[in-house]
Amino acid sequence: MTNGNYILRQVARYGLIYAIVTLFAVFAALPFFQMLVIAFKSDADFNNPRENIPFWFNEAPTNEHLTYLLEETQYLTFIWNSLLIGVFVVGITLVFATPAAYSLARLTGRQGERLGILIFLVYLIPPTLLFIPMSRVVSFLELQNSKWALVVIYPTFTIPFCTWLLFGFMKTIPKDIEEQAMVDGYSRFGAMLRVVLPLALPGLLTVVVFSFMLTLHEYIYALAFTTTSSEKPISVGVTTELVRGDVFFWQSLMAAAVFVALPIAVIYNLFLNRFVSGLTMGAVKG
Amino acid sequence: MSVVETKALVKRFGDVVAVNSIDLRIEEGEFLVLLGPSGSGKTSLLRMVAGLEKPSDGQILIGGKDVTFMPPRARNLSMVFQSYALYPHMNVFRNISFPLKAEGLPYEERKKKVEWAASIFGIEHLLHRKPRQLSGGQRQRVALARAVVREPGVFLLDEPLSNLDAQLRATARDEIKQFQRRIGTTTIYVTHDQVEAMGMGDRIAVMHLGNMHQLGTPQELYREPADTFVATFLGSPPMNLVKKDSCIIGFHPEHFLPEDVLHPETATFSFAFEVTRVEYLGADRFLYGMVQGAEGPTRIISKVPSLVTLNFEAGRKYTFVVQESDLKYFDHASGKRIPPLPFTTVEPTAQAVVS
Repeated sequence: MTNGNYILRQVARYGLIYAIVTLFAVFAALPFFQMLVIAFKSDADFNNPRENIPFWFNEAPTNEHLTYLLEETQYLTFIWNSLLIGVFVVGITLVFATPAAYSLARLTGRQGERLGILIFLVYLIPPTLLFIPMSRVVSFLELQNSKWALVVIYPTFTIPFCTWLLFGFMKTIPKDIEEQAMVDGYSRFGAMLRVVLPLALPGLLTVVVFSFMLTLHEYIYALAFTTTSSEKPISVGVTTELVRGDVFFWQSLMAAAVFVALPIAVIYNLFLNRFVSGLTMGAVKG
Repeated sequence: MSVVETKALVKRFGDVVAVNSIDLRIEEGEFLVLLGPSGSGKTSLLRMVAGLEKPSDGQILIGGKDVTFMPPRARNLSMVFQSYALYPHMNVFRNISFPLKAEGLPYEERKKKVEWAASIFGIEHLLHRKPRQLSGGQRQRVALARAVVREPGVFLLDEPLSNLDAQLRATARDEIKQFQRRIGTTTIYVTHDQVEAMGMGDRIAVMHLGNMHQLGTPQELYREPADTFVATFLGSPPMNLVKKDSCIIGFHPEHFLPEDVLHPETATFSFAFEVTRVEYLGADRFLYGMVQGAEGPTRIISKVPSLVTLNFEAGRKYTFVVQESDLKYFDHASGKRIPPLPFTTVEPTAQAVVS
């Protein structure tokens, strides 16, 4: 009897938990679903929302907008540009943020923490303030209207942010371990390479994912410094090519957005926990 | 195997002098213990020898070579940290072979050496585990194996037993001492535990607030403490100190015994001892109580072996005596050891009995 009761209670408990979780999952997935549906809607269906349910196909789905996106715009070039910019920026960020975070974490006393916060503050200066002076830098480098301008500019916000992020991770690695490596016959650099970096791997992966995201959704610099279609990254490319005057190519826009957003959403979810812990690790230890 | 020497070694952290001009010579194959309470500078001294801390002043010589400003890797020593500092991302085999990798040994030789080191500490069956899958005692052995595998000139051990539970500690102490004897590597061992120090050290350097108070064999330190700090830091319970007019007299609790127990032909010094508490510990009884010193009652302890079957009760007064030869005299102001003073001049309150 009691056993039956117990099972019943467990079922009720898990039932409730799963019901709530399912509700949130559906809520979070709804925009993606909506985008997918719209991407394949025909014009007649889409433009008549009063009579037609917006969440489902009322007329046969069509892929003409997808074809338009792929054939009439440089969608694939935008993606390629974004990838290229992302990879270079991530590389530059790692090269600069890793040694910076390591040094800050190993600075004795509280100076390290203070310097880290100062560096982080740089990230908080909005690009709307910076893009005008930046344009002088870009023209000095003769990179106007080029995706390479963005490769140069994006590290100005990814490096401070990621330095702060990595600083938190590095602080959690016990000093003993790298001192042990130094006694065991390695230089400080060798110890960092063989002991500290492997232990900071979760942090480094978070940096890779996050700085890539930052470059991907950046808009203002991209809008200011790229004008030719072939140089635009996805964030600017799609919005400028598929919005003409007051005409929105909604179906194509949605298709363009969802095919980029879905893989990112998946990756981001895998890293979310680590990312949050990385952010707070440095902060709590003050 | 190398001689380690420090010459007027100083370490300052800001205004704090952590290590104050230490001259120390550790002989080849010697087991030297740096003993002191926390903040005594013993760990800073060790870290300077290791090269992890830069001295503010002075010199360090290893094997006759000045290594004061050399990085740790150039000093051919190995160290065991209090935390063991195992590399969490490597299994035991890779942990132990890590120092060999730095020397660029080929895999076959590394494997042979790792197996040799592992066999010393009986951890051959653990080679494929990760550090987090090991118990505290096993981790300590891995750390020790990693330290020996390179056959270094000097061994540095920083409180390697303090993370173990009391039972393991006794066996680990024995193991470390035995293997050190066997391979005969010069060893510096830092601890705050005087039992460890007495049990393991060939010589002990007692440190306090950056100064070295005494350097000597365990017997020397116990029998002839150089000052009141050393006297009260060693022994459990530590030496009793009683203020007399111009000096402090000290005697070990086990030398402070009931009148009837000591041989009558020896010169003794007697006290009226008021017992406040009796602690029965099997082999011994500890009697806590008071005697009259120059500045009023002083708390002292007597350690009575179980051979003595006399009965003691709290709240009563007994006559306890110390043999004259067991008394140490210390200067009132500096706490330094002074030569024995004649009884009659020191002894106004308690009765001196010379029989």
